[in-house]
Amino acid sequence: MNKTRASGRTVGGLRTLSLQAPAVTLLLLWMIVPLGMTLWFSFQRYNLLMPEMTGFAGLENYEYLFTDPALWSAMGTTLLLVGWVLAITVVGGTLLAVLFQQEFAGRGIARVLAISPFFVMPTVSALVWKNMMMHPSNGVLSWVAESFGLPAVDWFSSLPLTSIIIIVAWQWLPFALLILLTAMQSLDEDQVEAARMDGAGPVAIFFFITLPHLKRAISVVIMIEMIFLLTIFAEIFVTTSGGPGLATTNLAYLIYIRALLDFDVGTASAGGVIAIVLANIVAIFLVRMVAKNLED
Amino acid sequence: MTTTTKHDRLETSSRGGGQAVPARSAKLPFLASANTRKLGLTVLGWTVALLIFFPIFWMVLTGFKTESAAIADPSLIFSPTLESYQAVQERAGYTRFALNSVAVAFGSTLLALLIAIPSAYSMAFLPTRRTKGTLLWMLSTKMLPPVGVLVPIYLIFRDVGLLDTRTGLIIIYTLMNLPIVVWMLYTFFKDMPKDILEAGRMDGATTFQEVCFLLLPLTLPGIASTGLLSVILSWNEAFWSLNLTSSKAAPLTAYIASFSSPEGLFWAKLSAASTMAIAPILVFGWLTQKQMVRGLTFGAVK
Repeated sequence: MNKTRASGRTVGGLRTLSLQAPAVTLLLLWMIVPLGMTLWFSFQRYNLLMPEMTGFAGLENYEYLFTDPALWSAMGTTLLLVGWVLAITVVGGTLLAVLFQQEFAGRGIARVLAISPFFVMPTVSALVWKNMMMHPSNGVLSWVAESFGLPAVDWFSSLPLTSIIIIVAWQWLPFALLILLTAMQSLDEDQVEAARMDGAGPVAIFFFITLPHLKRAISVVIMIEMIFLLTIFAEIFVTTSGGPGLATTNLAYLIYIRALLDFDVGTASAGGVIAIVLANIVAIFLVRMVAKNLED
Repeated sequence: MTTTTKHDRLETSSRGGGQAVPARSAKLPFLASANTRKLGLTVLGWTVALLIFFPIFWMVLTGFKTESAAIADPSLIFSPTLESYQAVQERAGYTRFALNSVAVAFGSTLLALLIAIPSAYSMAFLPTRRTKGTLLWMLSTKMLPPVGVLVPIYLIFRDVGLLDTRTGLIIIYTLMNLPIVVWMLYTFFKDMPKDILEAGRMDGATTFQEVCFLLLPLTLPGIASTGLLSVILSWNEAFWSLNLTSSKAAPLTAYIASFSSPEGLFWAKLSAASTMAIAPILVFGWLTQKQMVRGLTFGAVK
């Protein structure tokens, strides 16, 4: 018995190795090669428009980047975008999860409608919002405002970043709702019932039972959203192209400008390294949390 | 301890003939308002759901309008026409972009499943001390922001001639979704009772037969939802498609982006094209919403 298990383990080990080899090798290449190149380029003088200028640049690219006001503006924009979208989607998603957990007529269909925006491709949501919703004269929002006697808002020229935040929040609110609604299913109904018997109102139940129960799921939502929101790109690309000025240029868009519009590979790579570092700070927490979950 | 108290409580409530009387009378006003409460919830729930869904609804509606009706004051009453759908098809060659999307989304999904199934199988049924670490490491590759590696990928693609090709996008999307696919398959495989595979092995099945004739058919629903999630993510991906394709291999995400030029404000056509682009994925999303949570949260929320 013991013998077979022991020999089975070594054979299993070999089999494991060969079965996992393709996935592991590919992911290893996918991670190491571009990462190494980005890091390498970030220390090089490398501009596709000036092929004669090459060589080791030391920290020049980083110095150039860090003294460029555009970087700090882009960092600020990234922070505002991530912060606001997180606030809206997490608070909104939690409230919506509580609402859609209640029983009411046609709840299943209402849920499906509410999570739909998450499945709409970013270029579609951005253009539909920009044109049909937020257009200053023909958009639905300005029509609503006018029918209430309010002045129409020219969303993308007067509130460009707010407009982007609204669009991105609309896409990610359903994500938060979907995850939190799933987490709600494991809420102990007996506990809620007991609290109700003891005279706890809905507000108390929310704060003392529901919210603590959702704590984990909420932090998962925050971390996953952060990773994606740090590099929002398509929504900006099709609506404002980062403008007016630098008003909606986030870190991802700035790197894109440096790389594919200015062809400044060195600086763009230095920016890429910064983005990777930022994302990894978040990732460490997320991985740790998932690891904890793997144990039980 | 907790289980005992819960049990006690359940017993009292089910037993509780005499005790239940005061409780019931106290509940009566609540019961009277239960219907109003439910009505209120129904109205609130539906209002919220419809508000969130409204932009999609409006887009579908606009697709059936003429261009002049599309930019007129918002109105629900109009005579529906299919002319925008026709125009999108005839003038822009919508099918070409749709085919690119189909090829890229399904191609990368099949490839990812093919690579991931052996890996997930070994992780679920032949776990070693390193399995957990490997899984977490795979997850961490997903955290690499695409913009961080845009420059090298672009240059590599340029040098080997993969820019603006379907193959190029398929490679990127396969690698992009591989961690999620492995994770999801792993959780589905782990849920399967080991005895069945054991029995197959007893009957002399090889690993290959075991996987093909036992594991895959039995976990087909899980594999299908994993595949659907991968298709959805690839279909909607817009960073790489915008940066790596131009005219030949552009999928729908990139095609829709071409409507953003200021001189090309054709709302009805944009809406018609968008409706066709999102309809299949919306249905896929509705079908897999429950299983999708596993993949999206790496099993951290079940």
